[in-house]
Amino acid sequence: MAALSSNLLYIAFILYLVATLFFGGAIKAKNNTGEKKSTNRWGKIAVVVTIVGFVSQVGYFITRWIAAGHAPVSNLFEFTTFFGMCLVGAFIVIYFIYRTPLLGLFTMPVAILVIAYASMFPRDISPLIPALQSDWLHIHVTTAALGEAILAISFAAGLIYLVKVIDQSKASKRTFWLETVMFGLVTTLGFVLVSSLFSAMDYKAEFNWIDKNDIEANMEYTMPAITGPHEGELLTSGKFEPLVEMPAMINAKKMNSVIWSFIGGIILYGLLRLILRKRISAALQPLVKNIKLDFVDEISYRSVLIGFPVFTLGALIFAMIWAQIAWTRFWGWDPKEVWALVTWLFYAAFLHLRLSKGWHGEKSAWLAVIGFVIIMFNLVAVNLVIAGLHSYAG
Amino acid sequence: MKDVKCECGHVNPHGTVLCEACGKVLVEESPDKSLLDMRYEGSARRSQTYNKTIVDKIWNFFSSVKVGVWLIVITLVASAAGTILPQEMYIPPTMPAEEYYEDQYGWFGKLYYELDFNNLYSSWWYLILIAMIGISLVICSLDRVVPLYKALKAQRVTRHEGFLKRQRLFGISENGDHDDLAVVKQRLQAKRYHVREENGDLLAEKNRFSRWGPYVNHVGLIIFLIGGMLRFVPGMYIDKVLWLREGETKVVPETDGQYYVANEKFILENYDKDKDKTFEAAIDRAGMVVKNYQTNAVLYKRVGPAIPGEQPELEKVKEHKIRVNQPLKFESFALYQVDYKLDELNTMSFSLTNKESGKAFGDIKVNLYDPKPKYDLGNGYAVEVLSFFPDFEFSENGEPTTKSRIPNNPAFVFKMISPEVPKGETSFVAIQQTIEPLGDNQYKMAFKGIETKNVTALTVRKDLTIWIIIIGGILFMIGVIQGAYWNHRRIWVQNKNGEVWIAAHTNKNWYGLKKEIESTILETKLIIPDDQMQKERNDKEGV
Repeated sequence: MAALSSNLLYIAFILYLVATLFFGGAIKAKNNTGEKKSTNRWGKIAVVVTIVGFVSQVGYFITRWIAAGHAPVSNLFEFTTFFGMCLVGAFIVIYFIYRTPLLGLFTMPVAILVIAYASMFPRDISPLIPALQSDWLHIHVTTAALGEAILAISFAAGLIYLVKVIDQSKASKRTFWLETVMFGLVTTLGFVLVSSLFSAMDYKAEFNWIDKNDIEANMEYTMPAITGPHEGELLTSGKFEPLVEMPAMINAKKMNSVIWSFIGGIILYGLLRLILRKRISAALQPLVKNIKLDFVDEISYRSVLIGFPVFTLGALIFAMIWAQIAWTRFWGWDPKEVWALVTWLFYAAFLHLRLSKGWHGEKSAWLAVIGFVIIMFNLVAVNLVIAGLHSYAG
Repeated sequence: MKDVKCECGHVNPHGTVLCEACGKVLVEESPDKSLLDMRYEGSARRSQTYNKTIVDKIWNFFSSVKVGVWLIVITLVASAAGTILPQEMYIPPTMPAEEYYEDQYGWFGKLYYELDFNNLYSSWWYLILIAMIGISLVICSLDRVVPLYKALKAQRVTRHEGFLKRQRLFGISENGDHDDLAVVKQRLQAKRYHVREENGDLLAEKNRFSRWGPYVNHVGLIIFLIGGMLRFVPGMYIDKVLWLREGETKVVPETDGQYYVANEKFILENYDKDKDKTFEAAIDRAGMVVKNYQTNAVLYKRVGPAIPGEQPELEKVKEHKIRVNQPLKFESFALYQVDYKLDELNTMSFSLTNKESGKAFGDIKVNLYDPKPKYDLGNGYAVEVLSFFPDFEFSENGEPTTKSRIPNNPAFVFKMISPEVPKGETSFVAIQQTIEPLGDNQYKMAFKGIETKNVTALTVRKDLTIWIIIIGGILFMIGVIQGAYWNHRRIWVQNKNGEVWIAAHTNKNWYGLKKEIESTILETKLIIPDDQMQKERNDKEGV
């Protein structure tokens, strides 16, 4: 069952890639204005492939649930994969409201990146620690992920808006920041590629090191060590000696992964710039030329409106109910809780700015991008960097 | 203040921008604006009208959305700052916070501690921020909801030309006729619009209730915040930890001696990778994964009055296996599994032994929580416990002392009485060491063994504020869904100068409104109204 489950996820992943290509074809093939109902053939194929991929991923989810005996949302791999699935699901729903393949061209790569990123973490089916043994695991985590996914759609729409509206003929703050977003996406891909490369090479280097409590410990690197652990001693022969030694306070291994991701990202980005001979956002601009700005703005805003209540329910209310049952109190200022609150406050500010201060269009699109960055921060950094009660999610 | 009478005859309160009844522009806000600002229907808001007294100024400050957004953003940044380093409640209790932050995080930790960021969420300034958000919620809502309600209630079907022309969706059809109007009316009704007709003009409206969503959710939030405040009222909130050894019965704190709880057994289970094959790889990676923390508890209630110094008479109320996620509940209390200690020393056994012959003259078993003063072994042999240090250490002046009442490191001063030495010999016995302070003894206390027990920690919780919090949460969800998932739409179809004018307004989702209008006037002689905002934008963009 577990093997079947992995295969279904694999199939879904490939189908999402194929669907993205077709969405690209749908844009290139015809002057599709987006707003009108006439989706061309490429677009229709793309949507069908997306749906088949989604069904396959649901299959992965169900079979893994059966294999594990609990909903597969209990570690970072499972949760992030589920988030990717929700993203695709949310896209499918929004697609049938607005019927624009362009949204697919921007959403699917994000979903693919999310799932690929998830796969870099341990994929074993893990048992549930006592705190997680509750039906609220399924209810809270799935609703929170769904809410975040719907909010992420507004990021995709916001990105389309910015790619279209920002003048690429001259360098400015706006082109810089938009390009930074693109670089962030490329760096995620860089992380995935570098991790996969070293894992294919089966790179393993063991270190003895002294942790911050002056206790000797052992650490295994799966990437060549650029930053070595505190007073580290390489035990595996023939492996790369670290260039820099880190103080005990910093997790040298994670630091190392971050540096490698950036190296991967920079190389990849450099190559892209070399091939395209312009900014990535400038290269994407022709794809969005036929979409109406108001229309994407509307999609972005609508996603926030749909996603915000779902997020509140899942990430705050259900979370509080469960925390009251498992941890004796509904709120305890755990970092994950705080970041859910930060996300919520951010989107509350977004809605107020939009409703009352008239922050439509570009400002609103930038906010959608920042919102997504906060969600990703909560997903990635809070689990990996700031340890708290939720750190078992890694 | 003077009320304003519009040419249509309606009397508007002072400060009204658009006539509540016909929509005529009473105060031109900026003359070059081609579209009307339809937020709050151009009604007379207190904050936009009065600005003289100090009350006005405070009111205006808190009713501003700009201020509200700033409060939200500042709270957001402050909250995030509190996660840079762990809060004091999450640091290990091994050393005082003052040292911990500097020790672990260097100068930054020290700064963090000095700024009081180690208890950020209960700091006075954080609470003031939350309180200001609360005030802002109340004033913002009152400032808007009352005039908005009045304006929407007073609106008439027939609208002023200037009002219609300056709606975002607007179009003129030169040759619409009466039949078309009838078709439109019927179709709008089929789309669940509430259609009113006056002088042959139509006003179709639906989902006005969604306009109240924001106010409902704000009320929910205010109730939620009040619930949070009530925690500080004595008796509303109880947070105590109760440590219970196996076999021990203790009174539940804060129940006035009414309830007692016994720990029959504490169980800690790990996953077994041989039994749970699915998890083999994960268990191998983690080393060990806990499956269950459980206290088999029995809850008792006292019968009769409490008499000091006497054992209370207890009546069993219920048995419950307290696990994580499965607290034991009674009345408004709940007992949660939160911590444990395995194998805590409970008894120690010794034999009174002759050092030379090695012969033993009887065993004693000392209950470390309740040592007897004297253990009689018969035949003239006895052992007295002169002193007992459950958690032994040497104090600064070299005297033996105890750190706590928990037997983590027990030590004894025994007096060994035997027929040879009826006066007794003194021996100091601690783990792995024996001191004979008064010279060589003939006898010794030979260590025989220990018995241990598991200890469980239960959190005793009572939270009477929770119902207020729940009501606040439910109201918030209702309000936010009401506001987000429905749109307030109005379509005006009116006869002006022999033409049919169509104008429409929605508070959001213009795309949906446009599609609805398109399907409404399909196959009539009416023309689809233009999106004047899009037109403006396109002109600017040069598309």
